[in-house]
Amino acid sequence: MTALAARRRHPLATALLVLLGLVITGMAYAAVLPGTADAAGTVSQDVTAGRKLFQANCATCHGMNAEGRNNAPSLVGVGAAAVDFQVGTGRMPLQQSGPQAPEAPRRLSDEDTTQLAAYIASLGAGPAIPDAAAVDPASGDVSRGALIFRTNCAMCHGAAGKGGALTRGKYAPDLSKTSETHIYEAMVTGPQSMPVFNDKTIDPQAKKDVIAYLDQINSTPNPGGLSLGRIGPVSEGLVAWLVALGILLGFATWLGAKSS
Amino acid sequence: MNDETGGTMPAHDDHDDSAVATRGDQVPDRFENPGLPAHQHRMADTDAKAAKRAERQVAALFTLSMVGTVLLLVAYFAVKLEYNNMSFVESLDQLRLSNQLLGGGLAIALLGIGAGAVHWAKTLMPDEERIEYRHLQRGTDEERAEATAILKLGADESGIARRPLIRNTLIGAMAMFPIPALVLLRDTGPMPGKHLSETFWKEGIRLERDQPGGGAVKASDLTLGSVVHIMPEGLEEKAEDLLNERAKAAVLLIRLEPELLAAESVPGSYNGIVAYSKICTHVGCPVALYEQRTHHLLCPCHQSTFDLTQNCKVIFGPAKRALPQLAITVDDEGYLVAKGPFSEAVGPSFWERG
Repeated sequence: MTALAARRRHPLATALLVLLGLVITGMAYAAVLPGTADAAGTVSQDVTAGRKLFQANCATCHGMNAEGRNNAPSLVGVGAAAVDFQVGTGRMPLQQSGPQAPEAPRRLSDEDTTQLAAYIASLGAGPAIPDAAAVDPASGDVSRGALIFRTNCAMCHGAAGKGGALTRGKYAPDLSKTSETHIYEAMVTGPQSMPVFNDKTIDPQAKKDVIAYLDQINSTPNPGGLSLGRIGPVSEGLVAWLVALGILLGFATWLGAKSS
Repeated sequence: MNDETGGTMPAHDDHDDSAVATRGDQVPDRFENPGLPAHQHRMADTDAKAAKRAERQVAALFTLSMVGTVLLLVAYFAVKLEYNNMSFVESLDQLRLSNQLLGGGLAIALLGIGAGAVHWAKTLMPDEERIEYRHLQRGTDEERAEATAILKLGADESGIARRPLIRNTLIGAMAMFPIPALVLLRDTGPMPGKHLSETFWKEGIRLERDQPGGGAVKASDLTLGSVVHIMPEGLEEKAEDLLNERAKAAVLLIRLEPELLAAESVPGSYNGIVAYSKICTHVGCPVALYEQRTHHLLCPCHQSTFDLTQNCKVIFGPAKRALPQLAITVDDEGYLVAKGPFSEAVGPSFWERG
């Protein structure tokens, strides 16, 4: 026992542990694999392929049957929309644990995402991926969308959708680069800290209005020339104090200096 | 120790000794006024070429100012602000261009004059130092006697010492004059009465969405993690002082797993749906940043954080009291209604709150 404890800081100990972990994971995977065979007969090919993808990419945290564990929520009933949002924006598969899963380059292809979404949707009824007509900004009312956005979204994402801080390292992300479909999916599924806005609390037309509003502000030029991040008084104050006061101080120094 | 250092060190020591001796024995009674340092002439004072260059620089700054003025005038007439045949975005573009050119022109015009004048004064105007001594603050004895005589004469002529009636009524008038100021303070408003303690919420009022078109909310409309911003139904039509009533009545409706709720918030909840005042108990900002995984409500102004699973107790930040809960239930048609008014005053503390 003491001999083992004495060697726990040996350079090879980490490698040995990783190897051990891989072997155990592989054995666990092999043990569950036969389970797919009897289910595959009744469900579609997408679901079967999605199940494999899930077990390869997601099961470590969410559990072999998406039942969830510790900090990873159960995915039964979250629907295809949640998968398309989380995987489509690169938030999942999670690369490292932290206060919040950040937006990242996508790690699974469109086809993989579709298959994964089909598998998760087969586990329990949940919001589906919206079609193109449901997220078309052209059929939304911009001014009504602005009202709805200001009441329901602006407290976290800011009136211009540029995001903002939450507690303990969490944050509401910037919406200026988010696709219309992902905005819709975020509203219906409530990813991470975000609350759920189902079709009863914000009806589909209102969701389209919100999308139209975001589309409008993201394409509007800045009347002042510089957006300063559109985060309001913080960046404006920084510019006023550092830049403008700096110029004034420069002039004051010049006024007081003796000419050579 | 070699010869070189041997040669210099004693000399240095000698110097130090003499300094110590001066400090110890011969402190002078007065120090001589050292006077001003020798005047250093500027380049433009000694070099005609430099003076000519400075002159051209000043002239260039004044010319720059003229350019700014012309730019302002040109921009005013050249940039068209006729929005009739433009889209909204195009009109914003025009407005931005106009603002930037007008502001830039004005800035150059004023800065050129100012900077030119300063540069002129610093490089070319006379540079010699002059000394002007301050005169004594105290007047001469004759002047002081004269002033006293004038005051005495004034007092005698007014007769204030001989006519006590006038003196006393004057004092009375002066003493009473400020009293109206105290009375006028009443006009700063009636006392708040119960306005701060009461809101529009009463038993049976339906919870309505705070958005265009409104619409009462059914319990079945909320899924787990849902948040709805709520106003009392009928507020727009019936409230006497709409904006104040809106500000007090704002409520956040949230659904979470019923078993997460604290025991004291269960009686006012319905199937895990709870309603809390949206007005922060610190200084009254709307607390609406709800994190559905942690069930924390964050106030954006000063980061007060309320825990929904502990009856909205403050877990961080400057707020001192929990957010008041609005007890809710459902009516016959399944719509959410208030069980009664808030049990305590919403929003920040005030003097009479108790």
